[in-house]
Amino acid sequence: MVTKKEIKQSFFIALWFMVLTFPIMVIKVNTIKHIILFRWENFVWVGVIGFFASLIWNYFLRLKEQKKKSDNGDDIPLVHRLLQNERVRIPFLAAIAVFFLAYPFVFPMYHTSIMISALVYVMLGLGLNIVVGLAGLLDLGYVAFYAVGAYAYALLNLHFGISFWIVLPVSAVLGFICGTLLGYPVLRLRGDYLAIVTLGFGEIIRIILENWDEFSNGPRGIPNVPAPSFFGYQFGQHGSVIYIYFIVIALVLLTIFFVSRLENSKIGRAWIALRDDEIACQAMGIDKFKTKLTAFALGATWASIAGVVFAAKTSFVNPMSFTIWESITILCVVVIGGMGSAIGVIAGALVLILLPEYLRAVSEYRMLVFGALQVIVMVFKPEGLIQSVRKKYKFEKLKD
Amino acid sequence: MFRSIEFINMRLLKIILGITAVGIPGFFGIKEIIADPVYFMELFLGGLTRGSIYALIALGYTMVYGIIQLINFAHGEIYMIGAMTALIVASVLGLWGWNSAVIAILAFVFAIVYSCAYGFTVEKIAYKPLRNAPRLSALISAIGMSLFLQNYVMLAQTPNFLPFESLIPDFEFWEPFAHIITAVEMTIIVTTVITMILLGILIKFTKIGKAMRATAQDKVMASLVGINVNNVISTTFVVGSATAAIGGVLIACHVGQINFFIGFLAGLKAFIAAVLGGIGSVPGAVLGSLVLGISESLFTGYFWSEYEDVFAFTILVIILIFRPSGILGKHEISKV
Repeated sequence: MVTKKEIKQSFFIALWFMVLTFPIMVIKVNTIKHIILFRWENFVWVGVIGFFASLIWNYFLRLKEQKKKSDNGDDIPLVHRLLQNERVRIPFLAAIAVFFLAYPFVFPMYHTSIMISALVYVMLGLGLNIVVGLAGLLDLGYVAFYAVGAYAYALLNLHFGISFWIVLPVSAVLGFICGTLLGYPVLRLRGDYLAIVTLGFGEIIRIILENWDEFSNGPRGIPNVPAPSFFGYQFGQHGSVIYIYFIVIALVLLTIFFVSRLENSKIGRAWIALRDDEIACQAMGIDKFKTKLTAFALGATWASIAGVVFAAKTSFVNPMSFTIWESITILCVVVIGGMGSAIGVIAGALVLILLPEYLRAVSEYRMLVFGALQVIVMVFKPEGLIQSVRKKYKFEKLKD
Repeated sequence: MFRSIEFINMRLLKIILGITAVGIPGFFGIKEIIADPVYFMELFLGGLTRGSIYALIALGYTMVYGIIQLINFAHGEIYMIGAMTALIVASVLGLWGWNSAVIAILAFVFAIVYSCAYGFTVEKIAYKPLRNAPRLSALISAIGMSLFLQNYVMLAQTPNFLPFESLIPDFEFWEPFAHIITAVEMTIIVTTVITMILLGILIKFTKIGKAMRATAQDKVMASLVGINVNNVISTTFVVGSATAAIGGVLIACHVGQINFFIGFLAGLKAFIAAVLGGIGSVPGAVLGSLVLGISESLFTGYFWSEYEDVFAFTILVIILIFRPSGILGKHEISKV
């Protein structure tokens, strides 16, 4: 229960926040018109929210401490239990399959289009999950590889008229090469440098795309990127949205298949081991550098494929689609969904991308909430919303 | 046998690359300098100013990194909040018709106090609960904090650029030199030097400085000899935030406009400077910042100005490949 001492403490914390946020929350200046606005209502709000937030924060911190003491370890999330239960599993998966297959025919085109972008984020999230979730490498410039794919399709099509289906594998190879080239110099170093270098790389790609006019047409971008064709047949506008939707569904399924196979493969286990303890992992004879490089390059491959789909869907690419915010959104999807857990990442992508689309009124608070969620998830539930479940081998007791 | 060949080649490669990296620009540089020395001087002093600002921010990174081995991504935001607070305080007091000297002092004081408070709070919320967690968790939490603070300022204030009226007057006695280096630039360099000296005294000669150095070397051992490690970490954040706030206000005076996003790029550049000098080392951060500031300024002056940021990141990648410990840093050995 909440004690008197805690209420007193929360009161002072609320007071601290009221003072702390005073200049920025309460005063609003317009230095051009020389008007000052005092928003005292914000002052009260910060106090009230600060008080309750502090109470809740302390409560959860205590809960976490207690949980740590009575660690039972076998905490399987609901979704995994559903999937493990044979009787529920098949209807559950069938319902999801029917929903996604019927989706473009039931809902109008606008909703299908939003769903496509959410599914592209699912692909990006699953790709980044290999890098961040499994191998534990923080990649903040993931969007650079996404841009590589998108521009590869736009430029190859513009100059040589190469079709979507040929660019798709080409861009995968291109993404892999770019990932290897960037990973090669930086993966020898400690993890936190990687975050900064990838962040820088993402920005470099964007700056080059913006400034190198002859190559990328600068900030104006490349218009009229054609939608994919079906054995030479080009759909109309409505048809091609549905067609791309199914292509994305197929690619997502392919991604899920690959990722789940990778996770329990030799290299997947090496990634997880490397993430958990580098030195012990090396002592077991795993080549640290090569293993990390594979993870990094595979992540890049997926981003590149997603980029091609993105270019085909929007039929227009320009550097503004590949800002740092995009990288951070993808990172949020992985972190909040659950690092290393494919189901978590899929759920995270769908929730984090679809929710702000439909809640237009609050969508400007999107990044604020993402930032806060990242901190909260890391502090209270580092494994994410739906935690990953490692494959376990149990020996049942023999009955005699 | 194979390893030794590789070793020699690597060393040879480093020497050759080093000579080309210094020699070719140096050769062309001398020709350019002789052709137009005033232009060179302007670029050099501009770079020095820029480097001073980087140094003020980089100190926070390097001190925090030295103590808890964490890249404090939110540090750039602390710097931005410092500048923002100064702007708000200065414009409120300006409208009330206060004396401009008083405004300048109060704006500086408020900016420093508030930045310290923010630095302190950020540490308590986002990093302290993760002290024993894996590094990746703390790093993600830091990114989340940075994102939160940026958007908080954007939503509470404005996403647009706000004009910032310079708090530093054009001193009359500086008039004869103003064509080479403006009064604001001079103030920036002088303030930075004073801050560095004060910080040096703090770290070298005071009790808390000694505690900081001890904590940086070994946290457990430091707590065994009676140092309150939590307090030392908080102090480090507060000191780092204070220098960042000074940098923020000074650069806002120099550039003349600020928005919520200035912390991002400045923070990154300062981080690059800290790595260049050797992260964890205080003199290294200053040296790295000056080197980065001056070389960046010369690069933009003589080559392409639109690739300024690309240049900085290229430098980062080159250092990380050839000398990851930086100019003054020590080689790190990973232990169990």
